[in-house]
Order: sequence, then structure tokens, then C-alpha cells
Amino acid sequence: MSGVRVLVGTRKGAFTLTSDGKRERWGVGGPYFGGWEIYHVKGSPIDPNRLYASQTSDWFGQIIQRSSDGGKTWETPAGPLTPGPYGFPMGQSNKFTYDTTPETGRPLTTHQWYDGTQHPWEFKRVWHLEPSLSDPDTVYAGVEDAALFRTSDGGRMWQELPGLRGHGTGPKWQPGAGGMGLHTILLDSKNPGRMFGAISAAGVFRTDDGGQTWQAINRGLKSSYIPDPNAEVGHCVHRIAMHRSRPNVLFMQKHWDVMRSDDAGESWHEVSGNLPSDFGFVIDVHAHEPDTIYVVPIKSDSEHFPPEGKLRVYRSRTGGNDWEALSKGLPQSHCYVDVLREAMAVDSLDSCGVYFGTTGGQVYASADAGDTWAPIVQNLPPVLSVEVQTLP
Amino acid sequence: MIRVVLPYHLRTLAQVGGEVMLEVEGQVTRRSVLDALEARYPMLRGTIRDHVTQQRRPFLRFFACQQDLSHELPDTPLPEAVASGAEPFLVIGAIAGG
Repeated sequence: MSGVRVLVGTRKGAFTLTSDGKRERWGVGGPYFGGWEIYHVKGSPIDPNRLYASQTSDWFGQIIQRSSDGGKTWETPAGPLTPGPYGFPMGQSNKFTYDTTPETGRPLTTHQWYDGTQHPWEFKRVWHLEPSLSDPDTVYAGVEDAALFRTSDGGRMWQELPGLRGHGTGPKWQPGAGGMGLHTILLDSKNPGRMFGAISAAGVFRTDDGGQTWQAINRGLKSSYIPDPNAEVGHCVHRIAMHRSRPNVLFMQKHWDVMRSDDAGESWHEVSGNLPSDFGFVIDVHAHEPDTIYVVPIKSDSEHFPPEGKLRVYRSRTGGNDWEALSKGLPQSHCYVDVLREAMAVDSLDSCGVYFGTTGGQVYASADAGDTWAPIVQNLPPVLSVEVQTLP
Repeated sequence: MIRVVLPYHLRTLAQVGGEVMLEVEGQVTRRSVLDALEARYPMLRGTIRDHVTQQRRPFLRFFACQQDLSHELPDTPLPEAVASGAEPFLVIGAIAGG
């Protein structure tokens, strides 16, 4: 019988939540890497036992963890013990250095700081890991300060794809309150050379040649909090999502505004419609209905909790504009949690499952596309990320 | 043998229990001790010193023999008690409270 495995990253470790296809009873694994911030855990789409995790700490920096058995055991791809003192390190899986080589890199320019001055690029952590659609040893990493890295040896070595950071608008990028991270990477299953990346607070970028060259694709975004509301870059894009069958249609939860593009990001238009607030972080697409999308409205950028203290997912079956509140099983009073940008995912079982995690430590699941909800766990550390694997 | 005491999270990362025992060839300095540590436990590379600059990470300090050695030059010899193994070299993380 098929099942699901939910991969949860939190402020204090990672957890796995597993169930059969009914998604009624759950097993909880973890904490893994207890006490560390786990920004993201994601599995290979072609080898579900291969998982990658971004483990970070203000004290100790960035660690990449890898599992080859679905999360039961983990290793640092740098390798286990090497023999004897002064042995040879087996890899550099924790090392993310910007490419400034004359042959392949770009000059390490500066980006805009909070006060408008220029600031040097400084690596801080990996926000997002996106395994390749065709090779379990190839993974893309979105990092803070915003740049794209890739490994092709299972995480032992990481190289920057400097075309994104160096494509020209970098000096205009600036951090949001949470930092300047490349937080979303979408791979186009129909066009292997194409991928999308989203950066707070810069915007959305697209490559059509496997990451060598990039262009900003932010036409139609309006951000009243920047000097030029229609600027080419500088927009605080919180999340973008696509349905794999229709990769030219993109959905976006911007800082404010829910947006849609029907031309692979060439232009965007607003589809916030009747949402109670169009501020939020997450957005995702139903596994089988490309025009069914989900958001979790948050009251405002100054009050990061649900409107009226009611935790509601909003679903549109029309690709935006017309939204319905989904609240059955969710707290409808005194609820002041947030749902962060990486913390929603869907499974691909026949009845699509939808999952999201909160800063209050709850992970909610719906096995009926959002009609009803129930908590899987309620007292985890603040949830940073949620991914789902649909298992055979 | 040089004795090194790591903070809890680095002990779990390196999968070691108590003190780490290292053989260090030549002069015993902070650099040579950390080089030997990272060679034996490559998963620790970058967790104590920056990958590129080799600077101490800001939330870490180095102590030995009741002395704060954090601001010594990396090639300054460590105290004889550390070189002889009588005293450990301590890597200490800033306390997280509140």
C-alpha cells in the first residue's frame, strides 16, 4: 500500500512523519540533529530513500547531511572518520564559497544593505535544497547571501553557478528582515535547461540554459515599500509554485499580493481576489488540479499571525481570484502562529494531501485536498520547512 | 597526545564521546591542533574556523590552562601543559540563554 513521509525542518532539529495512504495514523521519527536549525529537508524525486538536509547554526555554520535509507540514518557527505592524524579530508560538503575565479566566476560584487549602502556578499546558510529530477547525486542549493550552488557528487563538493549572482542586478538586491536568501528553486520537468529561483528581497529569476545565464522576471510586480514600485528587482517574493504538468504557469505569494504568471514569468498579474489578507508566505498547487492553489493569509507584515486569530487555509479552484476558506479542524480562536515560506507541501496520492507547519510547532494534514484538517504533531519546535514524499 | 574538548554539538556531529585525542607533529599551536582535528574529523571543517579565512567563528572561544587563547595568533605555541597532554585545549561555544 502506498504511503507518505513528511520531512519537517524546525528550529531545533528534523523530524519524519510517516503514514500509510489513509493518512490517519502517524509515526514520528526524530529529532534528528537535535538543537540545530534545520532549514530544509528534501528527497530525491527518483530515489525516495535519498534525502538531503540543511543543518545550520549561528555557532558552527553550515552542515549538509545526507541519508540513503529514507532518513533512518544520516551521514555528512564529507565522509566518516579518516584514518589517523593528518589524514586527507574526504570532501568539503560544508563548504560554500562564492566563485570569483577569472575563468568561471564573477567578481564578488556588493549588494544593497538595509540602509541602502553597499555590503559585501557573505555566506550564511543554505535555505533550500532542490534535488535534480534525473540524478540523485545532483542537488541545487539556494543560499544566503543569495546565490545558487550545485553538487553533482551527492553533496561532497558544492560549486556556485555564478551567473545568477553575477547577472547584473545583484548590487540592487537587498535582504529582508530574515536575510537575503535564495529560498525557492523550481525545476521545469519539460525543459531540462529551465529553472526558476526566487530571492527575498530581489524577485524572481529564470535560466533557460541550466543556470549559466539568468534574467529577472518581475514585470507586473508592484511593491509600494520600495522607491520605484515597478522596479526590475527589489521585490520581496516569499514563494513561487508551479504544477509540473504546466510549468509555464507560476503562482506567487509576494510580501503583499498573490500573483500569477501564464508565460513562465514574463509577466505577472494579481489574483488576490477575496482573500482576507494578501500578505503571507506559503503557496502551493494541488497535485492533480493545476488550477487549484493554496495559501495561508497572514494579517500583515507587522503582525505575523492569522487574521482574527483564526488559522485558515484558503483554496482557489480557479487559479486565483476566487478563494474559499478551509477551517474545519484548524483552530478558530486565539491562534497566533505563523506559517513560514517553506512550510507547505502536497502529496500525490489520488486524494491529494496537503500539509503545513506552524511556528507554534504544529504540523497539520488534510487527506482530502483541504476540506478537513487534523494535526499530526502539536508540540514540535517552530517549523521552518515541510516537504512530502509519496511512497510506492 | 593532545587532548581537545569540543562543545556538545560538535561532539555529536563528529560522533565522539568525551575528549578527542590527537597526535600533532611538530610544534603544538592552535593551527596545528585544529588542522589535525579537521583532518581526522572532516565533518568539522568550517565549524570552528571559516573555510576561507581560517578565522575563528565569532561565537566560539579557545581556552586552556585557565587562559583565554582566543586572540592569540594561530601559530603561537600552546602552553606546555597542552602540548604534553596534561591539560586539554577547550573549544567553547557562547552560552545560549534566555
